[in-house]
Amino acid sequence: MVTSGMERRAAVATLLAARNGALVVSGLGSPTYDVHAAGDAAGNYYLWGAMGGAALVGLGLAQAQPGRRVMVITGDGEMLMAYGALATIAVAAPRNLDVIVLDNGHYGETGMQVSHTGRGIDLAAVAQASGFAQTGVLYEGAEVAGLCDTLAQPADGPRLFVLKIAAENLPRSLPPRDATHIKTRFRAHLGLTPC
Amino acid sequence: MTADTLARTTGDVASDLAVHWPEAVYQTLKAAGVGLMAYVPDAGHATLIQRFAGDPGVISNLLTTEEEGIAIAAGAWLGGMRAVLLMQSSGVGNCVNMLSLPVQARMPLLMLVTMRGEWDEFNPWQVPMGRATQTVLEAIGVTVLRAETGRDVVETVAQAATMAFDGDQQIAVLIGQRLLGKKKW
Repeated sequence: MVTSGMERRAAVATLLAARNGALVVSGLGSPTYDVHAAGDAAGNYYLWGAMGGAALVGLGLAQAQPGRRVMVITGDGEMLMAYGALATIAVAAPRNLDVIVLDNGHYGETGMQVSHTGRGIDLAAVAQASGFAQTGVLYEGAEVAGLCDTLAQPADGPRLFVLKIAAENLPRSLPPRDATHIKTRFRAHLGLTPC
Repeated sequence: MTADTLARTTGDVASDLAVHWPEAVYQTLKAAGVGLMAYVPDAGHATLIQRFAGDPGVISNLLTTEEEGIAIAAGAWLGGMRAVLLMQSSGVGNCVNMLSLPVQARMPLLMLVTMRGEWDEFNPWQVPMGRATQTVLEAIGVTVLRAETGRDVVETVAQAATMAFDGDQQIAVLIGQRLLGKKKW
């Protein structure tokens, strides 16, 4: 099943090629595979579970590392489970947190059931109403380069962009499932020691 | 830091911990290097929330639901910051699946949980989750410590912070409702 929308892997690869040292948190399922497919990196923290946690892991990380940009890359289903997180992030108002929602309007991991965004919920509008500093919806792959330019600019607060992607199940690109390994590698990347 | 040391450093006598334990817990968490606090309000945490809110050295995050704090604490630890979560026992039930993250990643987790539904409780709706709190936490793999007196809370939080931040443990300190007293209307 393929619907209209941009190619998710190409969009994520473009975003990550321009990351310029940004720390990345990926939401469970396809966004984690997309981030890994673009090239494994110590500055990536891949979630394999904890649905609804990606943007908030990003918030805690952004608050702990105010000098670095943090980019969360997650899916519409994962972000929908964290609807309240948009309020929490907006109130916390970090200037170094960007949330990228790969929105295919479906739960791709579980059989392509239609999600709330597939039935009309607009996550960018919700983020805007909640008080995010900047939001947007992108429909074409050609727009992603412009988004990279936007993300390279300083922000007045948290930003959220929805990328309308095709609903398709691509071959999985699997990062390690060992959460302690990824944690320790990530922290070492920041010069932090294990326990 | 022992409770007695704390009582001296905060200018109180040890017996005053029965009343002034929230201040001593705040000092204990500061001494443990906590840089981030996240909370859903509870009357039993009111003093701690107020102290942290007035502390420019600690980031306070107001949550819409308690599991958000579990994810924020994990992110903070990835970035090298120590976090503490404040919630009521009813909120523990909201946290269960998100606790997979610190348990599976073996990240420090320190939760201070004020109990409802177990002592002099007027609201029966608080009873089921109060009864389930310890079981739920232990079922997902969180170590549970209970404290019933002011001195107990301070000592328990101090050693729980050591085990969490220096030992990568996931720990919830349950603060008994008997200590907190009956809710005033």
